[in-house]
Amino acid sequence: MKAQVNGTSRDLVDGTSVAAVVSLVGAPEKGVAVALDGAVVPRALWDSTIVPDGGVVEVLTAVQGG
Amino acid sequence: MDDPLIIAGREFRSRLITGTGGAANLSVLERALVASGTELTTVAMRRVDAAGQTGVLELLRRLGIEVLPNTAGCRTSAEAVLTAQLAREALETNWVKLEVVYDEQTLLPDPVELLDAAERLVRDGFVVLPYTNDDPVLALKLQDIGCATVMPLGSPIGTGLGIRNPHNIELITSRAGVPVVLDAGIGTASDAALAMELGCSAVLLATAVTRAQDPERMAAAMRCAVEGGRLARIAGRIPQRFWAQASSPGL
Repeated sequence: MKAQVNGTSRDLVDGTSVAAVVSLVGAPEKGVAVALDGAVVPRALWDSTIVPDGGVVEVLTAVQGG
Repeated sequence: MDDPLIIAGREFRSRLITGTGGAANLSVLERALVASGTELTTVAMRRVDAAGQTGVLELLRRLGIEVLPNTAGCRTSAEAVLTAQLAREALETNWVKLEVVYDEQTLLPDPVELLDAAERLVRDGFVVLPYTNDDPVLALKLQDIGCATVMPLGSPIGTGLGIRNPHNIELITSRAGVPVVLDAGIGTASDAALAMELGCSAVLLATAVTRAQDPERMAAAMRCAVEGGRLARIAGRIPQRFWAQASSPGL
């Protein structure tokens, strides 16, 4: 199945969790948040939340700015 | 003299809030932050793969500086609300510097989207510090819906044009029931001092320091300027006169 991960189309195996996507993009341990289809997925639910086919995942962290 | 800045019940000794954008590298940023004396500093939220790992969070934690996430880059209320919620999740703070800009050329706040986002975030339990136009009416509305500060611009972000409408800033500070933070447009130390003399409670700046030829020295200058302007404001300046008035006794 396919999902949009940080703006890029990715082929993912069925049942891929949000936690797996977070490690896929090489996110640091701390200071990361995830939105799935425009809604925040709390860290506690990363393992149990499965990315659906066509899902849009954004993995964000803090950078210099403002 | 004990004169803390109090935002949403939290006390700060420093009245200078800094941004982290624009610094050449983290060691330049670190020296500038230390020289500024700041206790509250903004960061932006970006995609992990586009941003790489900047280490800015680790730096702020090591320096004991509170992190203030912003919603820079957001153009709509919906985007800003989601970005704030992501920042709260990532950084474990319910504070947010709310930015909703209308276009890239001016980076001026979109007042309609800003007010809507502020209302939604306040309702969602955020401590909202909105970056706003130097519009006294909008400032009052933001305050009335529960924002913790109002942060009017002196001039557009990154321009260094200083405070283009000092009277508007004074109108805002004269009616504010929450701290007014002059945010954006500061070019040099005198701009920061003027902001404080006009009654602002704090100054937020980034570019003026991070892109100065010597960021560390400019950070120190801003620290002094904010302190000086604050003291002058509290001290009460003399009225301006048209004609001279001798300060020495007559012969």
